[in-house]
Amino acid sequence: MMRSATNWLTSALLFLAAAVGVLSLLLLVTGHPPAPALAALVRGSVGSGYALSTTVVRAIPLALSGLAVALAFRAGLLNIGAEGQLLMGACAATAMGGVIATLMGGSTGSDLAGGSRVVALLLILIASALAGAAWAGIAAVLRRRFGVLEVISTIMLNFIALSITGWLVRGPLQEPARINPQSASLPQGLQLPVLLPGTRIHAGVLLAVGLALALWWWLRDRASGFRLRAVGGNPFAAASAGQIAVARTTLMAFLLSGALAGVAGGVELTGVTFALYENFSPGYGYTAIAVALLARLSPVGVLGTALLFGALEAGASAMQRDAMVPSVVVSVVEASLILLVVAADRWRSRGAAEAGV
Amino acid sequence: MTVDQAQAFTDATTLALTGITHRFGSVVALDDVSLTVRAGTVHALLGENGAGKSTLMRVAFGMLTPQTGTIAVRGTAQRMTSPATALSLGIGMVHQHFTLVPGMTVAENVALGGHGRFDPLAAAAKVRAVGATAGLTLDPQAVVQTLPIGAQQRCEIVKALAREVSVLILDEPTAVLAPQEAAELLQWMRRFADAGHAVVLITHKLRDALAIADDVTVLRRGRVVYTGAAAATTQDQLRIAMVGNAGADVVAETVGAELVGAESGGATSVRDTSVNEPTVHEPAVLALHQVSVRDARGAVRLREVSLSVARGELVGIAAVEGSGQHELLRLLAGRLAPTTGRVTRPEQVGFVPEDRHRDALLLDAPLDENVALRGAGARRGRMPWRMLRAATAAILSARDVRASGPGAPARSLSGGNQQKLVLGRELADRPAAVIVENPSRGLDFQATAAVHAALREARDAGAAVVLYSSDLDEVLQLADRVVVLFDGRLVASGNDREAVGRAMLGAT
Repeated sequence: MMRSATNWLTSALLFLAAAVGVLSLLLLVTGHPPAPALAALVRGSVGSGYALSTTVVRAIPLALSGLAVALAFRAGLLNIGAEGQLLMGACAATAMGGVIATLMGGSTGSDLAGGSRVVALLLILIASALAGAAWAGIAAVLRRRFGVLEVISTIMLNFIALSITGWLVRGPLQEPARINPQSASLPQGLQLPVLLPGTRIHAGVLLAVGLALALWWWLRDRASGFRLRAVGGNPFAAASAGQIAVARTTLMAFLLSGALAGVAGGVELTGVTFALYENFSPGYGYTAIAVALLARLSPVGVLGTALLFGALEAGASAMQRDAMVPSVVVSVVEASLILLVVAADRWRSRGAAEAGV
Repeated sequence: MTVDQAQAFTDATTLALTGITHRFGSVVALDDVSLTVRAGTVHALLGENGAGKSTLMRVAFGMLTPQTGTIAVRGTAQRMTSPATALSLGIGMVHQHFTLVPGMTVAENVALGGHGRFDPLAAAAKVRAVGATAGLTLDPQAVVQTLPIGAQQRCEIVKALAREVSVLILDEPTAVLAPQEAAELLQWMRRFADAGHAVVLITHKLRDALAIADDVTVLRRGRVVYTGAAAATTQDQLRIAMVGNAGADVVAETVGAELVGAESGGATSVRDTSVNEPTVHEPAVLALHQVSVRDARGAVRLREVSLSVARGELVGIAAVEGSGQHELLRLLAGRLAPTTGRVTRPEQVGFVPEDRHRDALLLDAPLDENVALRGAGARRGRMPWRMLRAATAAILSARDVRASGPGAPARSLSGGNQQKLVLGRELADRPAAVIVENPSRGLDFQATAAVHAALREARDAGAAVVLYSSDLDEVLQLADRVVVLFDGRLVASGNDREAVGRAMLGAT
């Protein structure tokens, strides 16, 4: 136990060093002096209380959608569609929020307090979970009925979800004034409460931590969680030796994964943006794949890697603002990190296989 | 190479491995091993699992580069860096697990790995020509996955021969074959060698080795412990060489009992299998009533089969590959539903499938999770990990599974230890019925003996046991009653080797 913790720390530090190395190299190549750029990155991510809160706020949707990806991958499902599921979750949350606001009779919702606020927010998040699950369910049905690989279908469904979002914010969900392609802002009573006054850290952080712990416990300790891992490990042995209903387990994993990604969309909407617009997600669902892989699909690890990526993205904005470095270089760093993890895993498993012969 | 040229080589060394040492991490897999293969001969390479046979041949075939040692082909030292190098030097290998593309035709598979343009007609002609020269019949247009296992193996051999190899390495080639097919393959090897080529036969079967080989080499723990002419070697010598003197007593007892069918008289009572005991009138634990099975493509795999197995009875199934035994066993184990007919079976059935990597184990998961896999489909609520770990530890010690502990990944175990774990898991809750399929495939003497003892023990404790093995001797030796399956029907029962062998091939 001790040893694995130190190992984990060592590898985390190595990855961090690698990230800094790759970034410095990129900065040099693109003709930006690395020192001020890196300083801006640090300032923007962890340099102040405000920077730290930005990092945490950025990490919340990454953590939730990272959990979605980790769960699917654990079950052997390559769900690349967290982005689309997240968007559908945000759409459903917007619609549900609109319905509730209408029912409240146009009040701003500031009078909506205590129990009824909790119920309203729960309804919104449940709607986003169901929408995400339904979107993932399409891929599940396509795979079950027609043998369509989920890698393909979930990617395609991402584009469809993006188009649907674009249509909704110009049509049924557009703000009453019908000027901008976006939805009406949620009234304050339908926004997630801010935890630390003066920052933007909202209650979604508790949800992310709670769901990560719940998922970790469920996968480890519950029979149904073990079945999901067994199916992911070897579906043939799960069916034959474990007499596990593989198709049902796979469907459940699809739906749960989609629900988690949908919740990420709902939380981002009720906690940060308060309104839906076309570029609602800056690719959270794609970064989530990196978050999950870097965490080696461990739910608790996802919290850590989501923070790392949150810091990178928060820092990237500062770097762009203060050092005129395009923030896409951070995307390159993120991609390099994934490649590093994959290479390190292969290298390690090859070493293990050779030693085991 | 023509026969005349070949004749000139008859006594020449065609492949010489000298002083080969190879380590995997800290494990010494091969320790100063030398092996000389002469042209015109069959060289049998024997040894237990993990003795280093396959590693040595992977070195010879360029798949592994040894830390020290030299390889000489026809007298010239060579740097063997890849299988492509080996093939260009005339060394071919047929692996235990075939390396064919299932959806492609025989001709396409044979052409695979070649260079330049693919000409289907030329490829087909090549298969026919090589097949005719070598005496291996094969339809070049047949899609590999539709072929029986014996034909797939011929395809592997033709694939190697098409590259004009003069040394052919075969890794456990008869393990997957029915007796008749195995005998034909052994005869083919003899003819191939007589034509001036050389064969290296990796095998566990002493009888095969002595019957066909000219030279025999035995490896134990990565060292050569015996090498000599087959004609001057006895089975006992080989057996002792393979397991060492320390294990000689144990082996003489258990293996002797198996091979000769004698009573061991030990703690576990071994029944004299030469007598077909009259079936005791116990209630049937397992029964098939007029069961038929169609596969997903609509082909009939089993036709109105009826069979009943009583408490404390070990029924053996004899059949050639693809006769419906796969479906029969899975019906009895509750892993397959009948298309028509009725199956009677107890709630708990122990099932040991032949492909343990695919169907029995989570290779990357620790052993306790592999033990937890049994019954996972019906489990509710929490996983009792503390209890499961204790149960795993109990299986490890009761079944003599060599592993570092319940937390070791299943992948880190040798094949024999994996099988002992699977068997231990399936027998742990003393199921009323046990179904096993090729339970000793790829295992060494001691692991095989342990598996056989466990099956007899379960039978003696009152379980209804059904065994299928592609090794007919194993079926005859273990079973109280042997039934023969041919083309999806139960065609005979009995324990006369000749009669069973004929029935397996559909002869009456």
